[in-house]
Amino acid sequence: MTEANLKKTPLHALHVEAGAKMVSFAGYHMPVQYTGVIEEHQNVRTHVGLFDVSHMGEVEFVGTQALAVANRIFSQDLTALINGQACYAVMCQEDGGIIDDVVIHRFSEERILVCVNAANRAKDFAWMSSFKTEDCQINDVSDDYVQIAVQGPKAESLLTSAVVGESAATLKALKRYHFVANMPVAGVATGIIARTGYTGEDGFEIYCPVSSGPIIWSELLKKGASQSARPIGLAARDSLRLEMRYPLYGQDITETTNAFEAGLGWVVKLHKSVDFVGKAALTEAKAKLAAGEGRKLVGLEVKGRGIARPHYPVLAEGARVGEVTSGTMGPSVGKAIAMAYVPSAYAAVGTSLAIRIRDKDIPAEVVPTPFYRPPST
Amino acid sequence: MEKTYPEDLKYTKDHEWCQIDGDVATVGITWHAQDALGDIVYCELPEVGDGVSKGETFGVVESVKAVSDLYSPVSGEVIERNEGVLESPEMLNQDMYSAGWMVRVRLADVANAAADLMSMAEYEAFLTSES
Repeated sequence: MTEANLKKTPLHALHVEAGAKMVSFAGYHMPVQYTGVIEEHQNVRTHVGLFDVSHMGEVEFVGTQALAVANRIFSQDLTALINGQACYAVMCQEDGGIIDDVVIHRFSEERILVCVNAANRAKDFAWMSSFKTEDCQINDVSDDYVQIAVQGPKAESLLTSAVVGESAATLKALKRYHFVANMPVAGVATGIIARTGYTGEDGFEIYCPVSSGPIIWSELLKKGASQSARPIGLAARDSLRLEMRYPLYGQDITETTNAFEAGLGWVVKLHKSVDFVGKAALTEAKAKLAAGEGRKLVGLEVKGRGIARPHYPVLAEGARVGEVTSGTMGPSVGKAIAMAYVPSAYAAVGTSLAIRIRDKDIPAEVVPTPFYRPPST
Repeated sequence: MEKTYPEDLKYTKDHEWCQIDGDVATVGITWHAQDALGDIVYCELPEVGDGVSKGETFGVVESVKAVSDLYSPVSGEVIERNEGVLESPEMLNQDMYSAGWMVRVRLADVANAAADLMSMAEYEAFLTSES
């Protein structure tokens, strides 16, 4: 796809102006790095970084049955959330395969906002729309929002410096996976500000109207200059999430993986009061794993020289037992780390495996995850 | 490090450089190669005594994000390799033409070694045509 065919986020011109290296990602022309991936990664771990994640999609459920319909589609129990609370969930096929992983924001029983992966936007919207009723409209509102993630130990002090009145206190009191609506930032409107993120650090994700996006982005960078706030590209977003073992859709989770084998059993509420799509298959998947069958997504540390990359074979006692789904050199852990699906028998922490890297079998070990733990946040 | 392509080096379209001195060529990657990769975190090179062939892979460099093969600009036998860049691959970003050299190769065919390699001016023109 040529650059001309790619979509641009409303912050695109600011990235180009800042000298970012731009790449094609999920149909968008996105910044992959500004100055250097390791520097950007560390900046988020030690200070604060801004990510343009406007390529992410947003789908709104509106109507008297909004919550009820959403509760049939997603794995989490949305009745257990309070208004103003968000949760991470998966959306499954009948066979339990993951259609997408999402963050669901509950405004009320009559309004839900779901953040979906950019690459899955059309597929997700088509799937969700098939559940539409007269009392639950489902709208793709992706193009109405700019999404900016503010992540790092200095995120709270940066964002509170850009709001007025009681807002700073409200943000400070905002708990993880809760959000506030309609709070102006840098003097302009936002839709919601959620205490969520994909880095392992404290932080916020701001969903705001397109017209607010460039103003908030520029103002936060200006106000944050003294706190080393910097724009962060997609490359560091990937290394940050991988160190936390956060799955990436399309690599670590797909339509042929289920939430239990992916280690996401905690987002599946099998006992909620309504049946949801995939429940029967997931009940079976859970039982299978409990019986020591099936496979698990594990964290691996490469013990020899080399970096594991997606699709590299994983071996146990010389035989191929799985393949790497994500892998890199973790800038904060200083080691080559990876995730891979392996049979349950090889999934215990401490198990010695090998990863075939360019025809050489390099020792690797199953290690506890997350690979990196931020110092008390 | 600022963008630079020293005049005394020869270049390939795979973005390697080599400096031929008598029957020995010193090989590395260009400023463009390391810039395209970003922060280099891993490097794999042939052992001393291994043979390398012009246009064929002789090693690998990896950034946080990607893997990239190295293609030899010359044919011959590796007589020395830079253990320093294996230990500290960031040298390939910081000093790719001196401290970041990769291997020294005893040339198989001294007379024709430089025949189809590019001069600095040719390489810069090639980069312009590529972008």
